Amino acid sequence: MKTAQVIMDTGAHAAALAVKSARVDVVPGYPITPQTSIMEAVAAMVENGELHARFIPVEGEHSAMAAAVAASAAGARVFTATSANGLLYMHEVLHMASGGRLPVVMCNVNRGIFAPWTLWADHQDSFAQRDTGWIQYHCSSNQEVYNTILQAFRVAEQINIPVMVNFDGFAISHCLMPLTLPAQEDIDRFLPPYEPGWRLDPAHPSSFSNVTNAAEYAPFREMLSGDILASISLVKQAAQEYKEITGMWDGDTIDTYLLEDAEVVAFAVNSMAAELRLSIDILREQGIKAGLLRPRLYLPFPTEDIINAIPQNAQIMVLDRNYNFGHPGGILASELKSVLFGRRNDLTVKNRVVGIGGIDLTRRFMAEEILSMMEE
Amino acid sequence: MKSVTKAYQPISWPTKGAGGDTGSWRTHRPVVDSHICNKCQLCWVYCPEAVIERHEITIDYRYCKGCGVCAVECPTGAISMEKEE
Amino acid sequence: MTTSIKKLPDFEQVLSGNGACGGCPSTMALRIVGKALGPNAIMLLTPSCAVASMGMTPKLAYNWPCINVTFATAGSSASGITHALEIMKEKGRLQGELPTVFSWVGDGGTYDIGFQALSAAAERNDNMIHFCYNNEAYSNTGVQRSGATPRGSFTTTTPTGKRQPKKNMTRLMLEHNIPYVATATVAYPGDLYDKVIKAKSIPGMKYIEILAPCYLGWQFDMPETVKMSRMAVRSGAWLLWEAENGRISFNSPSSLIISGKREAEPVNEYVMRQGRFTRLFKSAAAESRIAEMQADIDCEIAFMRERAKITT
Repeated sequence: MKTAQVIMDTGAHAAALAVKSARVDVVPGYPITPQTSIMEAVAAMVENGELHARFIPVEGEHSAMAAAVAASAAGARVFTATSANGLLYMHEVLHMASGGRLPVVMCNVNRGIFAPWTLWADHQDSFAQRDTGWIQYHCSSNQEVYNTILQAFRVAEQINIPVMVNFDGFAISHCLMPLTLPAQEDIDRFLPPYEPGWRLDPAHPSSFSNVTNAAEYAPFREMLSGDILASISLVKQAAQEYKEITGMWDGDTIDTYLLEDAEVVAFAVNSMAAELRLSIDILREQGIKAGLLRPRLYLPFPTEDIINAIPQNAQIMVLDRNYNFGHPGGILASELKSVLFGRRNDLTVKNRVVGIGGIDLTRRFMAEEILSMMEE
Repeated sequence: MKSVTKAYQPISWPTKGAGGDTGSWRTHRPVVDSHICNKCQLCWVYCPEAVIERHEITIDYRYCKGCGVCAVECPTGAISMEKEE
Repeated sequence: MTTSIKKLPDFEQVLSGNGACGGCPSTMALRIVGKALGPNAIMLLTPSCAVASMGMTPKLAYNWPCINVTFATAGSSASGITHALEIMKEKGRLQGELPTVFSWVGDGGTYDIGFQALSAAAERNDNMIHFCYNNEAYSNTGVQRSGATPRGSFTTTTPTGKRQPKKNMTRLMLEHNIPYVATATVAYPGDLYDKVIKAKSIPGMKYIEILAPCYLGWQFDMPETVKMSRMAVRSGAWLLWEAENGRISFNSPSSLIISGKREAEPVNEYVMRQGRFTRLFKSAAAESRIAEMQADIDCEIAFMRERAKITT
């Protein structure tokens, strides 16, 4: 391990620094709050020669993702970023990235969805892309954003599936935290140059995504589904090797805190999960055996790791920052219950929807939520 | 670059007959009278199917769809459209 | 002088036995485009007849690397590819002459759903050629009205004939101040070939629109594709011109019409051969509807004659 550099920086800028560390080739971008800072930083790095890449100032997010997948098909390493309605506007092209097996990496800076307008964080935007065939990480600190983008490129390019790295608007994107930047030499060791198995190449003319008969279409979809599940092992490997090279660890598919003897398990993603560690401390002070399980990976859903990690007879308190419309409660709780069913009948799952549209989630508020859920 | 693979990407390769043996679509076939033909190559340039050889003005009937553009454009009337059996 | 057809190269980029209809103007034009571009090119397609024509996985009727993209994104997708190639060359990962990046898109993917992304790519002056093969309707989905459908035309969504004039896409592209804009049509292959050769040599955004008479949508006899294309030009319904850095010049025979050396043929003859218009003649307002169509053509000729005098 070479000497790392420690700075104070925002999550958005940490993302831009990861783009630089990953030696990305092409970055199409379009502004949307709270993601804009990433694009501004990348555009500046390209302009001043710090990052040898092309920044394409497209006219909308649909085009941002279109330019991203096309550049990826041409053989480039590609990054873009968005938020909320920008992500929804991309939706069609997200499917093209996964169906076309193009390893684009994108940051989504979580923000509530229109209508009505809100600028602040909840997780409706990323969870609404559940069925687009992307791998989805959710990060709880600026450092994790930086680390995860590098791991995301590695996983994406190993298995040709695009990866979305999510983190909360403002709480992460705009707040300063200490950030350790490993030496470029170490990053290069972790993330080798992208070598596409196939690309648009006049020396080998071939076409991408012609019309297919069901006999061809169905196997492609089946492979995609299977490979997304198989990516779990690559996610773990990437986290492990990143730790070996840089010494940093944010968890692999899941991240836990005081989980081993926990009777009450808080279950949540993103910045609120970082705050939840402090809520756990408050509950522990009160004599409650509380712990935390944070799925760092939302998709593929880390079923086995969750099932293996949760202690016997625990009560799981799922704090969802989103709605699962048409069902009571939130999406994470539904996902969790579906994988526990028939596997862990000893567990109880309780669910609250909190923090919608950026409502502040303090340690004390969440500790009280968990206490009140215990009463249910 | 790693070897070109179609393991998981929906990739297609150039080949004649990508739409099948399209000559079977034909109801009428173009027949060239070489005595009248002046080798102007208009039929060759206008053929949407690239089935006419430009110098000998021979036609690849495996793929010719029988659209008849060549017969209409031929300035000497050397191409006639004959009904398929 | 326009290149003689006998001087066009032998090689074919459109392979025989493709999925296009007989008499298809798209494959007809693409053959000529292919001869000008050569094999060192990358092709983008949006949903259209050209996708139906290209064959089904794993077969391909075009001899280029091709990518099918989402309907609205020809402009931005081509930008992605062209920037990727340029940066990969800068970084030493690609050698030799960079391929020409070109989109082969219908009028729907150009005038309508693809307009935003195309306009933005033009404004960025990204290095590509956007070809619009314009058959004046959504022909691949069974002939619905598009922004390119001319006034009076029957489509399945204009059952009494379209009431509005078509959008003037070539002029819109001209006003983006891009280095090259041209019109062409299948009856004049030498003219098309020369324009593609020229476009290929110019860096930045190039737009070439090719009028593509579709026998199915326009309802004329299949063998008359080229004839209809020629009649469109002779009547002035389609003008052949090109603009290099905003300087417009007209190509024969449109140049003769513009200069007044030749009268445009009356539109009646052109429209009478097309079933998409003949329904009009059965209506009580037939005369006034045809007069409207003639007025659209006259107006465009007069406008372009004057517009060509402005060279900024």
